[in-house]
Order: sequence, then structure tokens, then C-alpha cells
Amino acid sequence: MQIQVNGESLEVGEQITLAELVEQLELTGKRIAIELNLEIIPRSEHAGTRLNGGDQVEIVHAIGGG
Amino acid sequence: MSELENTDPLVIAGQTFTSRLLVGTGKYKDMAETGAAIAASGAEIVTMAVRRTNIGQNPDEPNLLDVVSPDRYTLLPNTAGCYDAADAVRTCRLARELLDGHDLVKLEVLGDQKTLYPNIIETVKAAEVLVRDGFKVMVYTNDDPIVAKQLEEIGCVAVMPLGSLIGSGLGIQNPHNIRLIMEEAKVPILVDAGIGTPSEAAMAMEMGCAGVLVNSAIAGAQDPVLMARAMQKAVQAGREAHLAVRMPRKAYASASSPLDGLINGR
Repeated sequence: MQIQVNGESLEVGEQITLAELVEQLELTGKRIAIELNLEIIPRSEHAGTRLNGGDQVEIVHAIGGG
Repeated sequence: MSELENTDPLVIAGQTFTSRLLVGTGKYKDMAETGAAIAASGAEIVTMAVRRTNIGQNPDEPNLLDVVSPDRYTLLPNTAGCYDAADAVRTCRLARELLDGHDLVKLEVLGDQKTLYPNIIETVKAAEVLVRDGFKVMVYTNDDPIVAKQLEEIGCVAVMPLGSLIGSGLGIQNPHNIRLIMEEAKVPILVDAGIGTPSEAAMAMEMGCAGVLVNSAIAGAQDPVLMARAMQKAVQAGREAHLAVRMPRKAYASASSPLDGLINGR
């Protein structure tokens, strides 16, 4: 199925969880925050959150800024 | 650290800080320079931005939080790059998740790219939502005393008027307005944006500002680490001068040396 991650289309397996997506993107253990369809999904819920086709995922991290 | 820093803390939302210099982490050459300059500044509150993670590109690139550790510094996530209240609120919520529930944020909602001047209408809207949502909001604003008071009344924990445009290094263009803001304020007033040199940071502190937030003036110096140290000293000097209360201004000379006993006998 297709989902959007940070504005880009991505093909992922059916029923993939957020934790599995994070692993697939090699971001496991990184300091990130995730929004699914404009709602924050706390880290503790990544493993239990299944994605659906068309979902919009935003993955952010901290960078330098003033 | 000066002696005064122990007895004259900066208090923001009930939290106590010894340094009145807040620094940003933008515009540095690399992470090593960022870390070294931040450490040299003596700052305890350090701003950061929230951006999309690069997917599939260099997963091992150094992370800001490895250099500026949340265990050592109080991180102040900003909403830079947001042009409406909705984006700013979203960014703050992402930052809170990113930093494990940390709720101190720097709200800035910008008007246009040329000036990065704050959009006050959207800033007020975002501040209302964020305060209701439990955030402790340090708010970037213009130097309008009425707006500053309203942001305080909404519940912002600190109000941060600009000295001049972000990244301009033009100093404090309207010190009279900053004074008007401070006269009425019950929350800390910090000059955010525009500071270009240590003397300008000292000026803000001498005027009675609770602190200053500096990024470009340090990152944009030829030697950022040396400039960070200079800023730290300027902020301390300015604060101590404020507490010492300056001499009155006089229109004419007043001799420092005694007038009696001059060798020409006059």
C-alpha cells in the first residue's frame, strides 16, 4: 500500500505498524517525533499503531535554529 | 561565572537559571562548532528548530541533541518558519513529543520572509491555544508595549521583543519601546533578535532586560567560540551595571580630581 512520509510517497507492506515503518527507515532509536494524519502518536504507541493506505506520516527531529 | 549569578537568578515559569544569555543553534558550520560555541557562551537555555527528518539520506548524520544534550541544557524548541498559528501549534506539539513532554517553547509566528517580522494576530492566536494546552510559552514579538502586555495577560511566561530584525545585527533600534514594555511587565522581558555585538547585549541588560537571546551574532562571527565568551561577559557586565544603577547624566563637566592644592596655587 502507498502512504505519504514527509510529503513523499512510500510503498509499504499492508498492516505495517509505525514502529515497523521507523525500523524500515533506519530511524529506530533516533530522537524523532511522529505525527499521523496531523495527530501526534506518542513513542509508546508506535508499536501498536497500524497504518492504512493513504496515511500521512510526518517524522521530525531537532536541528539547529535560533 | 560571576558572583552575582548565584544571588540574582533568572526565573522563567518558576525555573531558575544562572545565565541570562540564551543562545540559538542555527547557522553554525557544523555540529562541533555548535557544541563548542554553546559551551563557551555559558548559556543554559538553548533554542532549536523542528524539521522533517531526511528519509533515506545519511541515517548516521550527527543529531543536534547529541551535541546539545537535553540532560545538560534546557532546550527551547522554536516555531521558526511558521507563518500561521496552526503550524506553530503543530510544531510545538511535535517538539513536546520529541523532548519527552518538555513544555517550554519559543513561539514565533512570522509575517514574511523578507523581514521575518512577527505576525502578531497569528502569534496571539497561537499563544492562546498553547497556554490552554499547558505549554510554557516564551513569545517572540515586536516592540509594541500594548501587544507585549496582552501576550503576558494571555499567560506567556516570558515576552521577547525584537531589538531589530532577526539575523540583522542592527542592535536595539527602539530602546524607548523596550523600556515601555519593561515598565508594565510582570514576566521576564528578553530581547530576542537583532543583537549584533556584545555592547548591544550589554545595553539591553543595562536597560533592565531579564536576558537576551543571541544566535546570528555568535554563529556569524569569524570566531564563534570567542564571540560566545564575549557575549557571556557582556551580559554579565550589563546585568551588574543595571543592578549597580548608573551615575546621573550631567550637562557640564564635573572634575574627578580635587580642585584644592593645585601646584600653580590658584
